[in-house]
Amino acid sequence: MNAAHAPVARLAGVTLEYGATRALDIAELTLPARCMVGLIGPDGVGKSSLLALVAGARQLQQGRVEVLDGDMANPSHRRRTCPNIAYMPQGLGKNLYPTLSVQENLDFFARLFGQGAEERARRIDHLLRSTGLAAFRERPAGKLSGGMKQKLGLCCALIHDPDLLILDEPTTGVDPLSRNHFWELIERIRQQRPQMSVLVATAYMEEAERFDHLVAMDAGRVLACGSPAQLRAAAGCASLEETFIALLPEEKRRQHQPLRITPRALAAGPAEIAIEARGLTCRFGDFVAVDAVDFRIERGEIFGFLGSNGCGKSTTMEMLTGLLAASEGEALLFGQAVDPRDMATRRRVGYMSQAFSLYSELTVRQNLVLHAQLFHVPTERIESRVAEMAERFELQKVMEALPERLPLGVRQRLSLAVAVIHGPEILILDEPTSGVDPIARDRFWQLMLDLSRNDGVTIFISTHFMNEAQRCDRISLMHAGKVLDSDTPQGLMDKRGLDSLEQTFVAYLQEAAGTDQPSDFAMPTAAPHTARPARFSLLRLFSYAWRESLELRRDPIRGSMALLGSVLLMFIIGYGISLDVEDLAFAVLDRDQTGSSQNYILNLSGSRYFIEQPPLRDHADLERRMRSGEISLALEIPPHFGRDIKRGASPEVGVWIDGSMPTRAETIKGYVQGMHAHYLQELAQRSPQAGQPSPASLEVRYRYNPDVESLKAMVPAVIPLLLMLIPAMLTALGVVREKELGSIINLYVTPVTRLEFLLGKQLPYIALGFLNCLLLVLLAVTLFDVPLKGSPLTLMLGGLLYVTCATGLGLLMSTFTRSQIAAVFGTAIATLVPAIQFSGLIYPVSSLEGLGAWIGQLYPTSHFLVISRGAFSKALGLGDLYGYFIPLLIAIPALTLLSANLLKKQER
Amino acid sequence: MKMNEVDRGARRDSARGKLANVFHLGVKELRSLARDVALLILIVWAFSLGVHTAATSMPESLHHASIGIVDEDRSQLSARIVDAFQPPYFRPPQMIDLNQMDRGMDAGIYTFTLNIPPNFQRDLLAGRKPSIQLNVDATQVSQAFSGAGYIQAIGASEVADFLRHYRASTSEAASLAMRVQFNPNLTRSWFGSVMEVINQITMLSIILTGAALIREREHGTVEHLLVMPVTPFEIMLAKVWSMGLVVLVAAALSLLLVVQGWLQVPIEGSLALFLLGAALHLFATTSMGIFFGTVARSMPQLGLLIILVLMPLQILSGGTTPRESMPELVQQIMLAAPTTHFVSLAQAILYRGAGLDIVWPQLLAITAIGSLFFLGALARFRRTLAQMA
Repeated sequence: MNAAHAPVARLAGVTLEYGATRALDIAELTLPARCMVGLIGPDGVGKSSLLALVAGARQLQQGRVEVLDGDMANPSHRRRTCPNIAYMPQGLGKNLYPTLSVQENLDFFARLFGQGAEERARRIDHLLRSTGLAAFRERPAGKLSGGMKQKLGLCCALIHDPDLLILDEPTTGVDPLSRNHFWELIERIRQQRPQMSVLVATAYMEEAERFDHLVAMDAGRVLACGSPAQLRAAAGCASLEETFIALLPEEKRRQHQPLRITPRALAAGPAEIAIEARGLTCRFGDFVAVDAVDFRIERGEIFGFLGSNGCGKSTTMEMLTGLLAASEGEALLFGQAVDPRDMATRRRVGYMSQAFSLYSELTVRQNLVLHAQLFHVPTERIESRVAEMAERFELQKVMEALPERLPLGVRQRLSLAVAVIHGPEILILDEPTSGVDPIARDRFWQLMLDLSRNDGVTIFISTHFMNEAQRCDRISLMHAGKVLDSDTPQGLMDKRGLDSLEQTFVAYLQEAAGTDQPSDFAMPTAAPHTARPARFSLLRLFSYAWRESLELRRDPIRGSMALLGSVLLMFIIGYGISLDVEDLAFAVLDRDQTGSSQNYILNLSGSRYFIEQPPLRDHADLERRMRSGEISLALEIPPHFGRDIKRGASPEVGVWIDGSMPTRAETIKGYVQGMHAHYLQELAQRSPQAGQPSPASLEVRYRYNPDVESLKAMVPAVIPLLLMLIPAMLTALGVVREKELGSIINLYVTPVTRLEFLLGKQLPYIALGFLNCLLLVLLAVTLFDVPLKGSPLTLMLGGLLYVTCATGLGLLMSTFTRSQIAAVFGTAIATLVPAIQFSGLIYPVSSLEGLGAWIGQLYPTSHFLVISRGAFSKALGLGDLYGYFIPLLIAIPALTLLSANLLKKQER
Repeated sequence: MKMNEVDRGARRDSARGKLANVFHLGVKELRSLARDVALLILIVWAFSLGVHTAATSMPESLHHASIGIVDEDRSQLSARIVDAFQPPYFRPPQMIDLNQMDRGMDAGIYTFTLNIPPNFQRDLLAGRKPSIQLNVDATQVSQAFSGAGYIQAIGASEVADFLRHYRASTSEAASLAMRVQFNPNLTRSWFGSVMEVINQITMLSIILTGAALIREREHGTVEHLLVMPVTPFEIMLAKVWSMGLVVLVAAALSLLLVVQGWLQVPIEGSLALFLLGAALHLFATTSMGIFFGTVARSMPQLGLLIILVLMPLQILSGGTTPRESMPELVQQIMLAAPTTHFVSLAQAILYRGAGLDIVWPQLLAITAIGSLFFLGALARFRRTLAQMA
């Protein structure tokens, strides 16, 4: 039936290498159109890489990938087809924006695909109603449960009617009920739009059973293709899970042994209770996350915890470990209440949280050793213990590798190894096997059974896999913070009279939640996109700008910190940077002690520049006090100073200046010379010798700030400083954060171009920066009384261009760094020093030297500083200052183009 | 009795365990840092080329000052005055007219303009006390005042020389013998280099610890630490010592190789004493970093917070302009910043060769501020951890 249609994708000779490892090696693969195609295989075999290549998210290294009748290596084909492809990456809600609401996330994607307001509203409405998300319209995406996040991700993928839907492990970490809803939804959509092809990677073999066509993969290669029935028949196995194992190469198959579940040997007499919860309750505000939960777990028991996403499983576990304090009730470990301060109990417990939380910067060995050390395993035993763990958890080959580079299954084994390295008596494991392939999961369970049966370790585990729940000694079903029932798996099935645990579980949940059947899916038909998307679209640019401004609004602390912080700093710095050097401490060694010498000293001490300190006793005193920084100027007036002057013997006054701060020393030098000259002048006037003409005078006029008020002179210079540092830091994390958190993928797979992406991100910050500029100028004029003598319009125009430069610089730092720390540090280096030291704030740019002079001439702050000083203090307008606008006008496109060049439209 | 002994034993054991935890966690921080190549490059840059550029770009206080002269006298004396303005202090004076004078100052071409009135020489000799007008662009902060003083002195001495020469009169009534201590030629790079090292120490230590904490929070590894037998105190102390050590080593190398070696700046005092001060300073700044890491909820907030704090720390601590000239209020506020004490300590030790007997008050102040910051950060850190889980 598929033969009638051209295949949706065709791969030939595709290889993909990350460093030395070959991730993909596909000679020939054809994926049929109009059906559900599943990719199955263990972790780290290249499923995700394959999907990313087909979606166009990852750059092709070698070979040919044709999708929807075109070559994906060709950028213009990618641009044309990307509206027809929807890609949902691995990880819960990885491409969503956590602070935006459900509605806003959808709106953003709809805008990216160029839909009008009315069309957007209609589509979002339909999608939300058909997925049952309508009630959560206003909830931030970050606060949704895992299942709901995946549904929202699906809605975002479906908003533009794709012809090819690519889902990378969409149901990993999602509870069975939500999983059912998810697949029903896809089924209904396919009925509506039969032309749509779906490509899914999954770790659940039960799910794979439903697909039309399967591709089994291992080690980057395709093992077999065909319908589930064909594959089963070819391998001669009853279930797909067995089929898959049979397909693996010989050596891998040998590693796998069917899991043997040994029943727990029951001790005679009353069993010791290892974990007990009594009416355990946890509230967050009004929300009750865990509601009066009771259970008792015996020593050596494997106790399973099942429940829908967000039902309080993790919260209960966190209370047991002491991470979270119980609002009510109590948790007991070995009969003792959990006390977070009790280090001794922590040593008896091993905990593995839902998210991978080991140090990704440390190697496997370093992680193991660190944890052994922190749990105070005796030093001499650490080495043997680490070796033992490595052997038991089969980590020997990866001991020197970084966890990031390992497949999920291996990482989970490492997490478990870390959790048991100190030989704990209780293990608390929160969804340890989520996203792990069936073979690795079986091995994982073998290890746990081993721990429980042989070492008597009590294991408390939560899971979404029913076959795992089946292996537990007892399980608890949880929903909305309450325990619905606890029993052996068989006991629960018997109670409901159902054959499978999954059905039992779903029945329990439906009873508790009430059936909420989503309404029928009826997508309004849209005009088919035949037109190739425009090369540059303002709509897409604005949709990024809109989203960025929403995120800015959701984080009011950042915006207000920028505005209030800049005002505060304008005042402190404007007030604090002193124009002139004054109040200098000086002391005198007066060996004359006459009226003349005192007259001479009065010259200095009477001025506002100098403050006289107690007189100096001798040279040693002078030396000591100057060394300690107590005085920065010392005078020595020679004996017979007064007499010598009268005689015309020209006595010499000794002057010592502290040169440790050259600016200050220069100024002191200038002052002392001036003062000395003044003294001589006065002396001459008073001299009885007639006919001695008084020398000429030099009148000094300080222009632009005649009263020499620090604040008025400094504010026009501080404003440019602030408007560089703050806007640059605001944008500095814009791109790198998306890289770290994963939403950068939307740049790769939607029609948005790099330029639209960058400019869209920049716009809100330009607006914020301009508002900041306006606020600073306004406050400077009104509150601080700094006169704005020139053209306000010129100043604001310059300000607008300048904050554009500053935000552009921040984005540039953000595009070429890889970690957020490096971006923060890099931006601090790239702004603080050039703006404070090389831009004319303190030293005029013309007098700088070397590299600093170059930076000063290029740096935007230098130019805006001239504009600001000109407009504020010198009464200048555009006509006088236009020359300084030109460098800014050049810098803006230069910065943006440089960023666009450094940014990649595909992952490498 | 027996119980007591056991208790004491356990306590001794746990004290040793605590130290071991602090050590191992710190080693972990160092290993993490070693993996971030971009960050390492930035650190090296900051302490080598960053210091060098900042030190060598700074002009001597009056260096290449631009001056325009309106000579309406055109006499022997006025020519002498014009000739007195020589490089490197001044750019060759531009001879301009009154019109150009105003425009040139508006456009910022001239920082100083000198107007010698008509018949200046004649009036001087006639004892009519003529006056020269000096216009100073007061927006050019660093040059305006020292430059004005210089020009006044130059003018006065030229006039005096001229008169003496003309009249063959006696020498000056009194003379000055100026000696500049510690930096006789007032070489600006001596000052700039060390102050830049100090700026980098402060900036780097705050960013490293603050960002390391936020990263652990964003990656969920702090939560992981909390289920282990490790206390917040140990986690924090580990970050303080490891990041502090990195910065201290970088600063010491920078002083030895870049400042002393490359820039040839003579260091007067004891480097060891300076490093002791730096270590105490780092204790305070890394604590600040931790504090910011707990206040900020995300990296973008942290970045902004750091910039807002670093700016006044760099500008108002006395490393850029002299502290004593700042308004009283700003001086008082800045006393709470460890950088203020550190800058004055560094100046005393490195330039003036001061010893422990002189700088102990600064050391004490830094230790006190550091301890306060550490305790404050610890309290906040404990509280955030309790809320976070």
